[in-house]
Amino acid sequence: MASLQTSDVVRWGWFLPRDAALHGPALDAHLMLNLWIVLGLAVLAHGLLLVGVMVRRRRAKLPVVMLEYLPLLALTALFAWLATKSEQLWASQRYVGADPAAMQVEVTGEQFAWYFRYPGVDAAFGRTKLPLVSAAEGNSLGIDPTDPKGKDDIVTSQLVLPAGREVDLTLRSLDVIHGFSAPEMRLKQNAVPGQTAHIHFTPTVPGEYAILCTQVCGLGHYRMQSVLRVLPAKEFDAWLTQRELAKARFESEVSR
Amino acid sequence: MRVFSTRHRDVGLGYVAISLVAVAVGMLLSLVMRLHLTWPDWSLPLHGPVLPEEYLAIVTMHGTLMLFFVLTVAPLSGFGNLILPAQIGTRRMAFPRLNALGMWTMWLALVAALAAFFVPGGAPIGGWTAYPPLSESPLAGPGQGAGMDLWMASIALFCVAGTMNAVITLTTIVKRRCEGMTWERLPLTVWAWFTAALLSVPAFSVLLAALVLLFCDRHLHSGFFVPGQEWINGVMIEHRGDGSPLLWLHLFWFFGHPEVYIAILPGMGLVSMVIANFARRRVFAYRLMIATTLLIGLLGIVVWGHHMFVAGLNPFAGTVFSVASLAIALPSSAKVLSWLVTAWGSRAPGGQRKPMATPMLYALGFVSFFITGGLTGPVLAQPILDEYLHNTFFVIAHFHLIMSMAAIFGIFCAVHYWYPLVFRRQLSERLGRWHFWLTLLAAYGTFLPMYITGLGGEPRHYAQLNGIAGPGARLLALTMPLQRHITYSAVVLIAAQVLFFWNIQRTARGPKLTEENPWGATTLEWAPGAMDDEGPKVRVVREPCCYEQDGEGFVPQWAEPEAVSGIPIPLRGEAE
Amino acid sequence: MPTILTPPEIDRKRDRHDGDEGAGGTGNGQKPPTDKRTGGNGDGENWNNRPQGHRGPRERLSSARVGLFFALGGDMMFFVALVSIFFVNKQSGHFDAYSHYINEWLPTAIPSILWLNTAVLLLSSVSAEIARQGMFDEKKTMDEWFGFGRPVSNRASAWLAATLVLGMMFLAGQWIAWRQLQAQHVFFASSMSSHFFYLITVTHAVHLFLGIGALAGALLVLWRSRSMLTRQVLVDGTVWYWHVMGLLWLFLFILLEFGQ
Repeated sequence: MASLQTSDVVRWGWFLPRDAALHGPALDAHLMLNLWIVLGLAVLAHGLLLVGVMVRRRRAKLPVVMLEYLPLLALTALFAWLATKSEQLWASQRYVGADPAAMQVEVTGEQFAWYFRYPGVDAAFGRTKLPLVSAAEGNSLGIDPTDPKGKDDIVTSQLVLPAGREVDLTLRSLDVIHGFSAPEMRLKQNAVPGQTAHIHFTPTVPGEYAILCTQVCGLGHYRMQSVLRVLPAKEFDAWLTQRELAKARFESEVSR
Repeated sequence: MRVFSTRHRDVGLGYVAISLVAVAVGMLLSLVMRLHLTWPDWSLPLHGPVLPEEYLAIVTMHGTLMLFFVLTVAPLSGFGNLILPAQIGTRRMAFPRLNALGMWTMWLALVAALAAFFVPGGAPIGGWTAYPPLSESPLAGPGQGAGMDLWMASIALFCVAGTMNAVITLTTIVKRRCEGMTWERLPLTVWAWFTAALLSVPAFSVLLAALVLLFCDRHLHSGFFVPGQEWINGVMIEHRGDGSPLLWLHLFWFFGHPEVYIAILPGMGLVSMVIANFARRRVFAYRLMIATTLLIGLLGIVVWGHHMFVAGLNPFAGTVFSVASLAIALPSSAKVLSWLVTAWGSRAPGGQRKPMATPMLYALGFVSFFITGGLTGPVLAQPILDEYLHNTFFVIAHFHLIMSMAAIFGIFCAVHYWYPLVFRRQLSERLGRWHFWLTLLAAYGTFLPMYITGLGGEPRHYAQLNGIAGPGARLLALTMPLQRHITYSAVVLIAAQVLFFWNIQRTARGPKLTEENPWGATTLEWAPGAMDDEGPKVRVVREPCCYEQDGEGFVPQWAEPEAVSGIPIPLRGEAE
Repeated sequence: MPTILTPPEIDRKRDRHDGDEGAGGTGNGQKPPTDKRTGGNGDGENWNNRPQGHRGPRERLSSARVGLFFALGGDMMFFVALVSIFFVNKQSGHFDAYSHYINEWLPTAIPSILWLNTAVLLLSSVSAEIARQGMFDEKKTMDEWFGFGRPVSNRASAWLAATLVLGMMFLAGQWIAWRQLQAQHVFFASSMSSHFFYLITVTHAVHLFLGIGALAGALLVLWRSRSMLTRQVLVDGTVWYWHVMGLLWLFLFILLEFGQ
């Protein structure tokens, strides 16, 4: 893939990075609406403050209803409107799970790396056990070799996804809390040890994106970064088939 | 000043001294952080390059010192002890010996926190929020062993000392108000101290419980905050039970969110009174200000979940916490509206044009920071937006503007306003104005760009932003020009504080003030002899902030009606 | 500068109410609070209608009570946090490798001596209350204040000593309970419920230990202090603390016995 130019990374609307997820534009629009409102209110309040200390006092009587309760009522309406809009967005993203047909990928954080596991042809993840975790033996996730479902699981260090297909991410952590974040996907969720979390989204634009850790996890926190590669559907299929073949070849060699 | 004095003023000065030590260290730490973030290869003199774990230790200690030992100790314990008794017309705090014991416990807590730098492994690296399992296992990183234990001991001592001070403050306000000081006549500063102390008691107790449980997890093999099987740094650790790190988050933020109101409420109270005093008019909507103070405190207890939108909280619970958090915007807005209206036309009619007094400047600076920092609160309170902004520098900008800079300006305001009262000397107005403008501009130069880098995606706690391969680093490296700008501003910001300390040092040798009440204040602490432990008994006959229409004459709270019968002054400001 | 309106000196020094006041001096020779809650000059006057600081001898006593109220409020929040975690942990489990949800909670068998301990603690509250009530008996208190013997303090000392003994019996009983559990190899680290058993009983025992210290302090003050008011305040505060710890234990005991 060609190296990305600055203009690809940044969209100059409030300095937000470029947006490559299906739910992103709605989120961005709501964020920018918020920021414009905040900016407007901040400028208005500072204007009132500055003018207020400049002008001479004229009226002695200040009507409380006009100056306090009416603006408060307007602000209440404003915040209620923003809350309704944003909770609708939140509900549409988080209140429901992923589509049953969504692609399954498991994301595991450990100090200080991300691992991504694809279920392989059987569409099921093999079970994992913490005592089996051993990077030296090539089993960073502790996949149980006695579980047949795990035979075809593919583990990668980059998250490769097809454009335009919904993905269901299962977040896990081996050791401490990590924060899975893909800024260009407008996505963030902590991976908490001892439990799993699901988030789902649809990448839309092929490209190479950042994956960061956003929950302090130790001295290597700043370099716990990975790559999210979104490929056109066909290229992705080719990539996955190649990985599956390589895995099958490896398994047969091991068993022989 | 005797060392083991139980006089409330000595105790108050002791608390202020704790904050001074903490703020000096905390400020230097932030300078190292900024320099390292901007020039990662820069090496600290006498030390060498700053390692990533050292950077995180510095971040943790900066947060710990500033939040616990500056923003909690100075406004509530420090100025509470110095001023509160005089303001409600008593000669001493309740339980003076316990009060002194609390102050010395707080010193011990500060020493324990600072000692964490000097143990093997150094200070803890998990941030001031100390999320387990990072804070639970010494294997999780350097500083998580002895350093973390010292940190926990320090915070536990802080909880005990803070609760003691809060109990004393509450008892003093409830039981020791002088004759005529009814609840409605209490200055808003007292209401703010009252609410902050009321929040402190449950908040610090719950944090102490959380620390006890974390101690058990660390040293007694229990599993309150960690799952049954833990795999840290290649080592399997078995715990009994199915604990969850989220439990710590709940307990911690049950403390942590009220904590930020404990830090800011005293500033809000003081600023309301100072603006009213220099605008020579009663605080606009005084009763509503009392109500909003209490309401902010009440809502502050039920919104802790907004720190956990993406931490594994149920999305439905996220909505509930989100609505509760947005609700706080309303009492806060009511306060801002009142400040704006009170300050409107502060130039008295017919009055001569003279430069604004420094306490008023700092109070207006507080309002400004409260607006620019506070308005992004509702943005962050929306879970869908927090999904993008959580743990980015947008959050850093938000809480540094509202909680640090606003609260610090509250402290500056308090120092300039009350210095003549406590030391009978007046700080230089000229130096004060220079300090105000430099600090204001440099603070904005430092923290406003952080909103931008946060929107660009810069996460917290990153020891290095550039020089790493991959699209993530490419994204973060784009913020580097702004990082340099932020660091230059931060250097100016820190350098500007020299003016403040120079001002105090210069004044300490200056001439004594002859005026009893240089600001023409109406509240009781300015009554003759109010700060005197052996002073005459005082009596309050009216609410604070009674000024004449032309703004020159005023009637203090303690002036008997017959003494002021000739002056036509509205006695109820709201009917003004 | 604007007009500064300072009232004449004489106005400020005017004392509206004679007699006792909380602010300022609270030294010896002060009239002690008694059962009689109102009083003053003539009948029907209610001290509570007076301004703060002029409500008679009860002022310092109620100050101490208010302080204790807030302190114990914080302390109760400490236990609220522990008990919340107790319920959360009791319900929580994990998925094992075979995707079965496992709840490992096994209740800890509570040694039956705890029933006895509970009874002893409740009894100690009764004796403490007798001591406390005696401190405010109007006739005897005034007698002692005037210097006619020490009828109040001697009686309270006896009952407080009984409370102290009963409290130590309770702590000894808790110690026996811990030893019994340890003999059955139930330690702090044994299970989730044993964490809570030890955590709750030990933190409560620490509070009672402090209570015993307070009782000893109260006894010392009863014996040594010359101020009747100081004696009353200390006994009153200690006993209220003791009552709250007793009630707290009752709740914690019911939680451990029936709530697991």
